Amino acid sequence: MKLRPAIGIVALVIALVAAQLVLRAMDKEYCLTQLTMAIYYAIVVIGLCFIMGYAGQVSLGHGAFFAIGGYTTAVLTTYDFSRFEAAAWGRALKQAHVFVVRQDMYGSDVLNAAPWAAFVTAMAATLVIAVLIGYPALRLKGHYLTMATLGFGLIVYKIILGSTLTGTTDGIVGVPAWSFGTVAAISGKSAARVQNYYIACGIALLVLVLLRNLVRSRVGRALRAIHDHETAANAMGINTARYKLKAFVASALLAALAGVLLTHYTGGVNPSEAGAMKSVRYVALAAAGGTTNLWGAAVVSIVLNFLSLRGWFGSYDNAVFGALLIAIVSLAPEGPLKPLGLLLRRFSGRWLAGGRSNDGAA
Amino acid sequence: MALLEVDTVRRSFGGVVAVDRVSFRVDQGQIKAIIGPNGAGKTSLFNIISGLLKPESGRVRFKGQDIGGRKPYQIARAGLARTFQNPSLFLQISVLENVMVGQHCRTRSEFAGCCLKTPGQRREERAMRDSALARIDYVGLADRAAAPAGALAFGQRRMVELARALATEPDLLLLDEPASGLNMSETDELGQLIEKIRDSGVTVLLVEHDMSLVMNISDEILVLDNGATIAEGSPLAIQNDPNVIAVYLGSDFKHASASQKS
Amino acid sequence: MGQSDLILQYFLSGITKGSIYAVVAIGFNLIYSATGILNFAQGEFVMLGGMVAVSLAFFLPLPVAVAAAVVFVALLGGLLELVFFRRLRRHSILHLVIITIGLSIIIQEAALHVWDEKVRSLPYFTGNEISSMHLFGAAVSPQVLWVLGTVAVIVVFLHVFLKYTMRGRAMRACSSNPDAALLAGINIANMRTLSFVLSAGLGAMAGCVISPITLTHYEMGSGLAIKGFSAAILGGLGNPMAAVLGGLLVGVLEAFSVSVLPAAYTDVTAFAILLLVLFVRPHGLLGTPAGESVREF
Repeated sequence: MKLRPAIGIVALVIALVAAQLVLRAMDKEYCLTQLTMAIYYAIVVIGLCFIMGYAGQVSLGHGAFFAIGGYTTAVLTTYDFSRFEAAAWGRALKQAHVFVVRQDMYGSDVLNAAPWAAFVTAMAATLVIAVLIGYPALRLKGHYLTMATLGFGLIVYKIILGSTLTGTTDGIVGVPAWSFGTVAAISGKSAARVQNYYIACGIALLVLVLLRNLVRSRVGRALRAIHDHETAANAMGINTARYKLKAFVASALLAALAGVLLTHYTGGVNPSEAGAMKSVRYVALAAAGGTTNLWGAAVVSIVLNFLSLRGWFGSYDNAVFGALLIAIVSLAPEGPLKPLGLLLRRFSGRWLAGGRSNDGAA
Repeated sequence: MALLEVDTVRRSFGGVVAVDRVSFRVDQGQIKAIIGPNGAGKTSLFNIISGLLKPESGRVRFKGQDIGGRKPYQIARAGLARTFQNPSLFLQISVLENVMVGQHCRTRSEFAGCCLKTPGQRREERAMRDSALARIDYVGLADRAAAPAGALAFGQRRMVELARALATEPDLLLLDEPASGLNMSETDELGQLIEKIRDSGVTVLLVEHDMSLVMNISDEILVLDNGATIAEGSPLAIQNDPNVIAVYLGSDFKHASASQKS
Repeated sequence: MGQSDLILQYFLSGITKGSIYAVVAIGFNLIYSATGILNFAQGEFVMLGGMVAVSLAFFLPLPVAVAAAVVFVALLGGLLELVFFRRLRRHSILHLVIITIGLSIIIQEAALHVWDEKVRSLPYFTGNEISSMHLFGAAVSPQVLWVLGTVAVIVVFLHVFLKYTMRGRAMRACSSNPDAALLAGINIANMRTLSFVLSAGLGAMAGCVISPITLTHYEMGSGLAIKGFSAAILGGLGNPMAAVLGGLLVGVLEAFSVSVLPAAYTDVTAFAILLLVLFVRPHGLLGTPAGESVREF
């Protein structure tokens, strides 16, 4: 059973590298852009999968958390703080490299927040907001979290649409690249396409591995116990309210992380990211991938989002999406990869026969 | 020394008084039983002690501390574990994992440690697995450790629930009708197991309908009727208590006590 | 126009929209009570009702077109239940809810391809867009009275149906105690189908009467579903009559928020209040908290 996780990781790494090489061979490397975006979106989906499958929480507000991440970054890294330069705090922040001088699209100098500072702010903001939403909503059982997050998502959407700070219906463009020294940068430049593809892959794989560790640990067991029988879990010494809240916040932070990264990658963010349809999509993808199957959700979400971003389905995009959703959920409710995975496991088990005896076929 | 002291606890639902100013104490190392007809308020009393219900008045003291109105998880951490009348296992996870969940309050790894699989977390995880397997063996289900809890027979679920409760390393174990749904031989094994648990230093308080089991293993018995205490004492005293006989008149109590004497 | 006239005007527009939300919320409740499913496709029934009626009205008299649209959508609702939900009884509720989301997307896209993205509307049932009546000093379009009247009839009809007819009682029994209902010889599966038929039909009816005022558009469904959903929560899930109160409240709040906040923030107020209610009175305004009841383990 030690080999099982390794097989999953190796298979995914091989598939991701193969995708890049095949696209290069076919001279279609420009497709990597949409694939990279699809991978960032997949981070939201696996974060959602984690709370849906292991904690039994359905959030219809993950689009909003994504947007909070994206917009916080976009606003802070494009807003001109020059007029605060004279103030003591403005100088101090500039000294600390929280504010950096940058040239805007028209070549004039502007003073913006550094991407790392914007990232930290985005995470902090998401943390606070997720606690404010989750704390009251998670005390209640049943559909309440779903309803509260739905309402919350709509509020965020409307505020983004209505505020000039967030660029109303146009959103924000001209978000700078996020450079890590001179080594790498999250940016949409075509020269950095391959590099950015692998950055996205690396981050997504890291998130997957960390979440996988989490669900197979004391914390993951506690969450599944709560999901199964909350009263019994509480009587066994689990602080159920706190665990539910922590899981929700962790998931929201992952959505915001994806928002920050994608915004730097595409150089902008627009209000549709916060729309209810986006949140519904994330939930649907998580369910379609199999909610207790983080790998499956990641793969399904990458494939479907990639095809949709490539515009494969033309004006039938949403319809195809809806039909696939219904088909997957009604025909293979555990996710389409489960039967496939079982097959794979059986084969690998045969090859490595004897290695997994007391693990049981259960 | 009194491990648990219940002092004039009262609780009603709507107009119905489920627990009516009940007082009793459980001493360290005892097996104490609570009996009484259906609807006597036994389970409500258990729910109050384990924190699932708040008492309207009265006190519950555990190891000298007032635990009345505390959250169930806090009470579990304080060293008071319970089982439920209908075995409440986590059906989606394995037997092993169920018992490991019981160790939750005696272990420490949190989100960050679990994500990163720190050496401390790995060590703790190994220790949890080993001691959980030992407890599953203790209740005689070693061969079912990997099975999903949902696949077990009713009697086996009871045993897993017992192992899970023991995994919280309690000083006091509350058993809510542990023998209901068990056959005769299973009940016998259960009785031996409860005595073994007591001998290992865990005090036991149980609610039970099976009179032969109660009379066999209990050091002391509390009898409830309509939410109020009607008798308390040794099994022999209880069997000869006129109030108790009146309550149980015609029921299997006499039968049980007869078989006890023979 | 005086201050009080303005308030009355806001109030009336709020009640009008609110009564449509109420019908959607009733639909939510009917299906939720009978099946436990939160049907996100509820708003699409309203949209379809309007669209079908508009198309039929080209060659049929208006009342016939409306009636035919209602019957068509009601049958469609029943068909959806038969095809998607009856066979999938063993799926988790979450999966069924996700299927309704998928259906909502597909119905919307189908509507886009059958009709187009243009806004349509039925003619006014009586009078036209400039005719108005005076009610307590406010100018009211006769269509508003049509809306209010229709919704009132729907509410009374449902109340009588659920409370006094065998079939209605059977439907309520399904939700409160499916096992007992089964024992009493109630065909639960058929009751579930019936709940879809009713919900869809009522939604379509609302879609027809509101069409002259708010116009019909292929995308209108999801917005309505969310508002109706809020209304159902606000009133208290599982209680169709509380949904009416919820719907009217959401409508009125929305109308009045325009006078306080920029129009772009209209929905923000409505949803903020929804969140507050959820947190303060989680079981809705008229719902009864199950609370920590006599739970025996």
